[in-house]
Formats: sequence, C-alpha cells, structure tokens
Amino acid sequence: MKELHELSIKEVLDGYANKDFTCVDLVKHFQSRIEKYNKKLNVYLALNENALVEASNIDKEIAKNGVTLPLQGIPFAVKDNFLTIGMVTTASSNILKGYRPQYNATTIERILSAGAVILGKTNMDSFAHGSSTETSDFGPTLNPWNLGRLPGGSSGGSAAAVSAGLCTVALGSETAGSVRQPAAWCGVTGFKPSYGRASRYGIIAMASSTDQPGPITRFVEDSAIITEVISGKDPYDATSSPSPVEKYIKAISTSDLRGVRIGLVKEYLLPNMRDDVKNLILDAADKLRLLGATVDEVSLMDPKYAIGVYTVIQRSEVSSNLARFDGIRFGHDRDSLCEETKRRIMLGTYTLSAGYYDAFYKKALAVRTKIVDEFNEMFKSYDAIIGAVSPGPALPLGASKNQPMFGEMEDVLVEQSSIAGLCSTSVPCGFVDGLPIGLQITSDQLHESKSLMIADCFQRNTDFLKFPDLNETI
Amino acid sequence: MKITPLIGLEVHVELETKSKMFCGCPANHFGKEPNTQTCPVCLGLPGALPVPNEKAIESCLKIGLALNCRVNILSKFDRKQYFYPDLAKGYQISQYDQPFCSDGFVILDSGKRIGIERVHMEEDTGKLQHVVLDGKKVSLVDYNRSGVPLVEIVSRPDMSSSIEAKEYLKKIHEIVKAIGVSSADMEKGQMRLEPTINVKIENSININVSDSTKISDTPTISVYTPLAEVKNINSFNFAQQAIDFEIARQTEEFEKSGIEKSATNKTTRGYDSIKKITFLQRTKEEAKDYRYFPEPDIPPFIIENELIEKLRGELPLLPDQLISDLIGRGIDVKYAKIIVGNEEALSILNNYKDDSDIEPNKLASLLANKKIDTKGDIKGEYQKATKVGNTNIEELKSVVEKIISSNPNVVAEFKKGKTGVAGFFVGQAMKETKGQADPKTLNKIVIELLNS
Repeated sequence: MKELHELSIKEVLDGYANKDFTCVDLVKHFQSRIEKYNKKLNVYLALNENALVEASNIDKEIAKNGVTLPLQGIPFAVKDNFLTIGMVTTASSNILKGYRPQYNATTIERILSAGAVILGKTNMDSFAHGSSTETSDFGPTLNPWNLGRLPGGSSGGSAAAVSAGLCTVALGSETAGSVRQPAAWCGVTGFKPSYGRASRYGIIAMASSTDQPGPITRFVEDSAIITEVISGKDPYDATSSPSPVEKYIKAISTSDLRGVRIGLVKEYLLPNMRDDVKNLILDAADKLRLLGATVDEVSLMDPKYAIGVYTVIQRSEVSSNLARFDGIRFGHDRDSLCEETKRRIMLGTYTLSAGYYDAFYKKALAVRTKIVDEFNEMFKSYDAIIGAVSPGPALPLGASKNQPMFGEMEDVLVEQSSIAGLCSTSVPCGFVDGLPIGLQITSDQLHESKSLMIADCFQRNTDFLKFPDLNETI
Repeated sequence: MKITPLIGLEVHVELETKSKMFCGCPANHFGKEPNTQTCPVCLGLPGALPVPNEKAIESCLKIGLALNCRVNILSKFDRKQYFYPDLAKGYQISQYDQPFCSDGFVILDSGKRIGIERVHMEEDTGKLQHVVLDGKKVSLVDYNRSGVPLVEIVSRPDMSSSIEAKEYLKKIHEIVKAIGVSSADMEKGQMRLEPTINVKIENSININVSDSTKISDTPTISVYTPLAEVKNINSFNFAQQAIDFEIARQTEEFEKSGIEKSATNKTTRGYDSIKKITFLQRTKEEAKDYRYFPEPDIPPFIIENELIEKLRGELPLLPDQLISDLIGRGIDVKYAKIIVGNEEALSILNNYKDDSDIEPNKLASLLANKKIDTKGDIKGEYQKATKVGNTNIEELKSVVEKIISSNPNVVAEFKKGKTGVAGFFVGQAMKETKGQADPKTLNKIVIELLNS
C-alpha cells in the first residue's frame, strides 16, 4: 500500500472518487511532513494558511458533484517567483521581502481553476540566478538524497519538495535548466514546455526571451496533465503561442516506441564526464532501442558555444528586467540584492552599452540563430534528441560559492535547447554514488507530446524513480 | 558673412485611443484622480508583461501614411533604458532601429519640402508632482499617464527659419487632428515639441588676385555651430521664440569661441518661456547611454500590405488636399485656409455643397469671418446676410434726388473732382431706406445722377 505522498495525480483523484481519503486528509498529511522535514531541508519559504479551508471546500464540492476537474484537490508546491495573491512572493530576494502580490500569475489562475490547492511557496536561487538554490537570500535548500548536497536550481525548492514527498506535484520555471537540472539532481521528473507554450504573465522575469514555467513531478504523466492545464494562449502574454494545446495525456499512452526516431547527441557526452554517468546515458539509449525506437548517434554544435550566447543574452535581459527594483517601491533598498544578482546586472549593463552591444549582444543573437537553424535541421530527421541533463550528480553544498559561472557550467547541456525555445523532459535514468542522474529528452518547438511520450514510456519501463529515505538522511 | 539656420523637429503626439499602449487601462488621463487608472502592467509590477495595442499601432501607421512615409514591413519594439522615478519599469518601450514608418515629407506653402525621417511608437511615462505634504517637501508619482501611447515624428533638419518651423508644426498639428487620432491639445500636453538647431555660417575669403584673373564666384568657407536640442516645448510660439533665441545665441557664441559642431558637443537645453531664453541642461558627455535592445516581451511585427492599403483608404482628405479641393469649388485661398482648420465650418460648407441657392465663396467668406451664427438655421442666416436689397430704380432715384438737392455743397465738391464724396450720398440713401437698398444699384444711381 502506497503512502499518500507517493500517489500520482490520477491515484489521488481515484482516491477522492472512491472516498478512500479526502483532500483535507491529504493536505494534513503533507502539512505534517512539512512540519517534520521542512526545517532541515528548507524547501518552503511560505505556507498557504488557507490550505485546509480550501481543501475542505474542495471536499464539499467533490461530495456533491464528484471529481470534475483535472487537478481537483491536488496539493501543489509553487516556486516563489510565481505571483500568488495572499501569499508573500519574493523570488528568494530580500528586495521583495514581505511583498504581497496584487494579482495571480496566469499559470496560478489556471491551476486554481483546475482545482489545485497550493501548499506553499518554495525556495529558489535569488531571482532564479543560479543552479544551486544557494544564491537564495533565505538559505540553501538541501538535497533530500544527501543533505550535504545541493538540490540544483533555480527551482531547487520545488524539486526537493517533490523528491521528499512534501507535495504531490510542483511548479517550477526554467530559463535554461532551472526545471530540468534540479529535477535531475533530486531524482524526479521535470518538464520544460516550448518557449511560449505556457504564459509567463505573473512570473517574476529573469530572461524574458527564454523564461518558461514547467511542472516538476514524480511521474511524467503528472507533468503531462499539468502542462495541458497551464498551456495555451494568454491575452496577457504577447509571446504566448496561439497554436492549440494538444491532449498530452492521450498522446503519451503508448506501450512501445516503434517508429520513433531518436538522436543521441555525441557532443552531450562531455569529454570530462564521468564514465559511470556516460554509461547511464548509453544504457538509456539501449533501453529506448529495446522499446522499439531507432537511436542514432548525432552531432550538434559544441555545447560550450551555447554558454557564451546564453550568458550574454540572459545577463542583458536580467539587467533590464531588474531595473524596476530601483529602491523607490517594494520597500527595500537595492543593497538587499544578493552578490550574484548584482554581478548579473553589472555584466548585462556592460554587454548592452554603446560600443559593446555589437560585439556581445548582436553577436550572441547571430549565434542563437545558428543554433536554432541546426535544431530545425535535426528535427527534420528525429522526433527527439537525448543526452544527460547535467554533467554529473548533485554537487556538495558550497560548490557554487565564488564561482560566478557555476550555473552556466552545470547547465551546459540544457542551454542550447533553452536558447532555441525547445521543449524537454528530464527523467531519472539511474544513480551514481547514491545520487540520481537525469536523462533529457528534447523535442522540437510545440512538439511536447513527443518528448513526454518518450519520457513516459521510458519511465514506465524502468525503475529509476525512487524515494530517498528521509529518516536515514535527516 | 551669411547665416543659414538648420532646424529639425521632434514632435510627440499623445494618441487618444480607448486604452493605453500595453494594457487595458483608459488612455484618457487628463484631470483624473492620481493613480486611479493603473494596473500591474503600467505600474511595472513584478511579472507584468506588455501587450501592444493594435489600434494605437494603426493610428501610428495612419500618421505615417498621412506624412507620405513608407510603412516598414518589418518592425519591432525596443527597450530604452534610463532611470527616472516616473519610469515604472526602469525602461521605456520605444522603437530604435526599425520604426513603423520612415522617409516621409511635408510641403510648406512656399513649395519647400521638409523631410520626415521616421514616425515611431512609444509609451508615455508617469508624472512627478512636487508638493508640500504635512509641511514636508515631497515628490509624488502619478502613474495615470504611464503607458499612454505616444507617436514621435522626427523631421530632417530641413527648416531654415523659425517661421518655417512654425508652419511645419502647424501642418503636423492639422494633419494629426484631421485623421482623428488625437486632438493634439497643446495645453493638455498632447503635443510636445523639441527643436534641434544649429547654424551654418559662410564667410567669403579675401584673396589678392592679379588684375588679369577674375574670379566669378567669391570663394566661401562654411562652418557649423554645435547642435542644441531644446526639450519639451508646448506651444508653437515658444518653439519659434526658442529657435530664434538659439540662432542668435549660437551665432554670437561662435563669433566669440569659434567652436564648431563635432560628434561630441551636442547639448540639450530647456526653454524658459517667461525669460524667453534657452538654458543648458546637459552636454553630450553627460548624455545617457540608453542601452537599447529588442523588447523580448513583444514579438516583431510584419505589417501586411493589405493593412496598409486598408488604413490608407480610411484616411480623410488631408488639410492641403482639402484646401485645393475648396479652391476647386471656387473658394478663395484665404477663406479655404481658415476653414480647413475649423471642423464645423468645413462640415457646413460641405452640407451646402450642392445647394444652388448658395454661392460657396460667399458662404465661405461668411464662415471664415464668423459673420453668421453657425448654431442657427444656416440657410436662413445666409440669405439674411447676403440679402439682395431694393433694386427698384425709380424708387431709389427719387430718394437720391432728394438728398442731392438738399446737399448742394457736397455736390459742388464732387463737381470739383472730389469723387470720393459719392459715398456720402450712398450712405445717406442707405440710411433713408433703412438699409433696404441694394448697394450696387444704389451706387450706380448716385454716380449717374451726380454726373448728370
């Protein structure tokens, strides 16, 4: 018998329908686990004080009309850069300490309309600047698999919450790797939809041209359900795609991968990558072949070039997006921005300055176009490309300190796909040193069905999704 | 020494769209309670995103088309970054290198063509209010104006006098009003003017030449004074005054210092309308680096030819076209020019276009001179004003004869050659007939009888 925090969305909804347990039961279950583990893990920054009231209303609704909504009574953890009415939203920065938003992000509106209950807001790298959750002004989140390790980031709190069983599912956001990398390091599933697939309205902007919200869940199927809910044109986001949202849950129910063409990217098996990590990726490729897919070795531009392109574009946009935190409003002075954030603002201001713009920003845009072209060519022949999400497993606490390029080095394998606005799943594919490793399955823009379908089939036919033994780690 | 001013103008026009440029808040902010027309987008709150107002873009395109511009197929917004407390996001969404419209012109009455470099779209800022609150001097920000759509019209430096600049501005003002995108009320700040001025100074060179050689043209050497941009002027007259002040100042300054225009010595100046002087605000060294880059929150635009043609079709007759149209209908140029600037007079004139009882030029004259009550029955008013008087020659003759016989002295003067006194008899006869006499007929009779 599974414990309540181990259930998938479908299993929870079945439980409600069969009256095995109520939403209040489930929320209480999570609250007691949060009470027990949060202090140590530092996953939640703020908790929803109304969660039980909302749960009891949902129970009443279900008692009356049965389960009618796709996320009815599903307890969510939400990254702290999603604006939530009534819940303090800080993006883990002291400059927004105590900030209560006047409106909900579109994605929040959509999950709430679909019946979700928000348990609380999760820790992240300050303003999403990092891949460790160590740049948070409210202390790092610890990896549930090993408290001496980082959870990754910037959505480290959301990934750790799912991994530790402190929510059923979570929302994260990714600019380049911020959903996929912490999901990989925490041994859960993370899905980054294509740029523009889900609305960015109400998510505190990091780099506007690549930001994208995405689910972090245990099961690929849950990611598919959530993506279906949050996707679609938003009149408040001019960059959101008008193309109709596919029925991802239907699309992923496949028993094998016959006819699916997959490219194993040679360059993603980095020269300095540990052999045991490389072998997990090669094993995953074999597994996909066994499931019926053709897997060919393919070649892309060396991912190291993406680091330069991404760094310039992202820092430039950051320097602009954070200009509104000028110390006049929101109650705190600019001194309360953390070192990493200041560094990014400085670099971005420099790359956009007269005389440097052409050499940096414009050059970066040109290479970005080249990367996009290369992917376009690739996806003429392949449904997805695969590789590791991160060069290795979770790094020790403190690894990001004094390493201004830490995030970029750790995200080297996911920056190309982010720059090109592709969709990509990170799914557990094994362990090294007792720490989880993630496989990325990346598909073309607006082909989320393909990535999710392959990841779901892989997950159902492997046994890499596990719970860390918190009693042992804590 | 020959002096030629070179004047270019930047004109900002606030559009009167229903909603703001990037959100749904009302764009009409004039006289509204501070901060009552705001939302997350125009307040620049975290997470808020701009969504462009298509109507505003169409208005911008219409202005461009009316100014004979090319509409660019590819266009985009950019972020212009600077810090100011009334700038909610820390950047203004504007257009940098791909404006909606380029390369237009306006033709002055003299036939001179003033080039227009570009017509682009941007958003307005909030407004600072410096007030005393509870005995303390404070600065408050009102965001009602934040995000109101602005169109910027940038001319080439083709004007060479303040009079030309004023005529150009008036034409822009009339055109913008005529297409109905803004009332361009200067007092409400709906149209703001920024002239950039410098002066070309030509001096002849004295060369000693031998008697045998003759040079047909005296060689001259020309120099240019440093550019000065005068910011935020809100009246045509102030613009004219500021330009004249600058021409004089720059010429004088040059004579003293000899400093010529360079890539780094452009200055920004303000205009003090009370002292009627411009004053230095910033030098180029202090100029801001706006760090423009493409606005990532708004996808680039592809303007379809279909839309351009549709908008062109929606343009009304523009003032210059209207004037020639009116002239074609037999109306005097002087009346036509007055009437194009007066919507009511124009519509009255158009309403009676095909009425055979009404002579267009007469009605135009009455309207231009405000001789008839436009709120009343126009046709009645017209007939009253142009009423043909008593033309009964016998009746009038007897009246005139009476006056002549009782004023022999005046008649004598006439006979001496003082023909002007004829007017006296006409006036007297008019008085006698209580103004009912037809002046033409009366005049004829008076002359006839005096000469007989």
